[in-house]
Amino acid sequence: MTFLQSLIDGIGLGAVYAVVAVGIGLVFGVMRLINFAYGELITAGGYTLALLSNAPAIVAIIVCFAVVVALALLQERIAFRPLRGAAPATMLIATFAVSFLLQNVYLLAFGSRGSTVGTLGGLNTAIAVGSLRIRWITIVATIAGAALLGCLTLVLNRTMIGLQLRAAAADLRTARTLGVRANRVITAAFAISGVLAASVAVLLTVQSPLVTPDYGVSVTIFALVGVVVGGLDRLWTASLGGFAIGFANAFVGDLLPSASSQYLPSVVYGLVILVILLRPSGLFAGRRATAAERV
Amino acid sequence: MPEKVLELREIEVRYGRLPAVRNLSLELRRGEIVGLIGPNGAGKSTTLHAIMGLVPLAAGEIRLHERPLRGQPEDRARAGIALVPEGRHIFAALTVEENLRLGLSARRSRDGVAEDRAWVTGLFPVIGEYSHRVAGTLSGGQQQQLAIARALIARPEVLLLDEPSLGLAPLIVETLFETLRTIRDGGVSILLVEQRGALTVRAADRTHVLSNAELRLTLTPRDAEHAERLTEQLTAAYLS
Repeated sequence: MTFLQSLIDGIGLGAVYAVVAVGIGLVFGVMRLINFAYGELITAGGYTLALLSNAPAIVAIIVCFAVVVALALLQERIAFRPLRGAAPATMLIATFAVSFLLQNVYLLAFGSRGSTVGTLGGLNTAIAVGSLRIRWITIVATIAGAALLGCLTLVLNRTMIGLQLRAAAADLRTARTLGVRANRVITAAFAISGVLAASVAVLLTVQSPLVTPDYGVSVTIFALVGVVVGGLDRLWTASLGGFAIGFANAFVGDLLPSASSQYLPSVVYGLVILVILLRPSGLFAGRRATAAERV
Repeated sequence: MPEKVLELREIEVRYGRLPAVRNLSLELRRGEIVGLIGPNGAGKSTTLHAIMGLVPLAAGEIRLHERPLRGQPEDRARAGIALVPEGRHIFAALTVEENLRLGLSARRSRDGVAEDRAWVTGLFPVIGEYSHRVAGTLSGGQQQQLAIARALIARPEVLLLDEPSLGLAPLIVETLFETLRTIRDGGVSILLVEQRGALTVRAADRTHVLSNAELRLTLTPRDAEHAERLTEQLTAAYLS
């Protein structure tokens, strides 16, 4: 029974990590840039929800989406666009800089003690199925995660901007010679990754309502680990990696005695090292997969 | 004389301190095929990249319809320049139809898309036949056809072709050159970079020979009438 309970918890957690992994993977696809400041988008969403805790949930959620998407677009426009031709290492360091900058802005604005989100708190109640307890947020997160990834797949496969995104991810230079506007596709990638970050903020603040300046950091690192485990080959392998990390967290958390719960990340990262040693291109990536065919 | 479409005025391109193209001037009129041949490293592809905006000019000017051609590659594509790059660079993971649809990105208007699509699939029937196939599964010749079709569906005024015959069987190359003439007759001006000297001199209205980053010689189809003399001329220009 505890196995089933872990499985259920793993699905809820995995869905959130999968969405974060796809948000990071999408921007990586077109820019070859791992945006370490992605977590700060989630944090921005968390603070927005905390500030609007007394507002109707729908208003709080809409404002949260607006703020996070705007911040994602600002990150691209102010920090990353001027550096687009720079060396990959420069860009990577720039994402760290943006991450630290935003964390310190949050610290100055909201303090270190954290702000509590009350939006959708009711989803923490559980329904009992036999001896299993299923929280509503697990169900909502699973459905929302699947719906988001489904919608994204539709956008990528059925729209012109989706087609341009896939082409840009495979070969931006050639796409540009065909008339695909680099600024437009990169802006689109950041906007979509912002929508995904806002969704994660809504889902995550129900489960952990205390928003601190480094709120988005750990979920981003876990999702990044998921991306590496799954393989940056395609978005679905990245999202599967996200799921895998969610499951690993839930299972290892279940197996570890409660007194040793602080070792949870160490055990999970240990498993990750094992995966990287055995399958360097990722658990779900094809053997001959090349980095050129992402998304 | 047909109107001037594209003009290169004393352009210079440098990679670091090394000149890749020096003091190159040439023009392309409506409905012309102009060849650009020469040994490896002569600056042929660099010239095409400079026109497309993929490498910056160190000096000189490129003009389209008597106006300076500037901006990013996507702006130039929208201005009417299309590049079929060396090695084709089709999107292997996308379908043939998706590759073709990407070509539409450069169009400023959606008017006439159906006619152009019919024109392109008429030129290259295989594109229509295999429209739902993944492009990476096509043969080399078919991929080359797709790359040209993808460029043409934008209805460009100038088609830049970078070694389209590379890696193709001789029979397919002949068909390809015949198709290029049909495309030219459709009003598209073609700047053709090639390794196959004699074939290009015969097919193009004028062929410029580049060597060591500079223009050495200009040939017309009449120069191809005497094969031996042409070989001598080319050898002398290549080694200059």
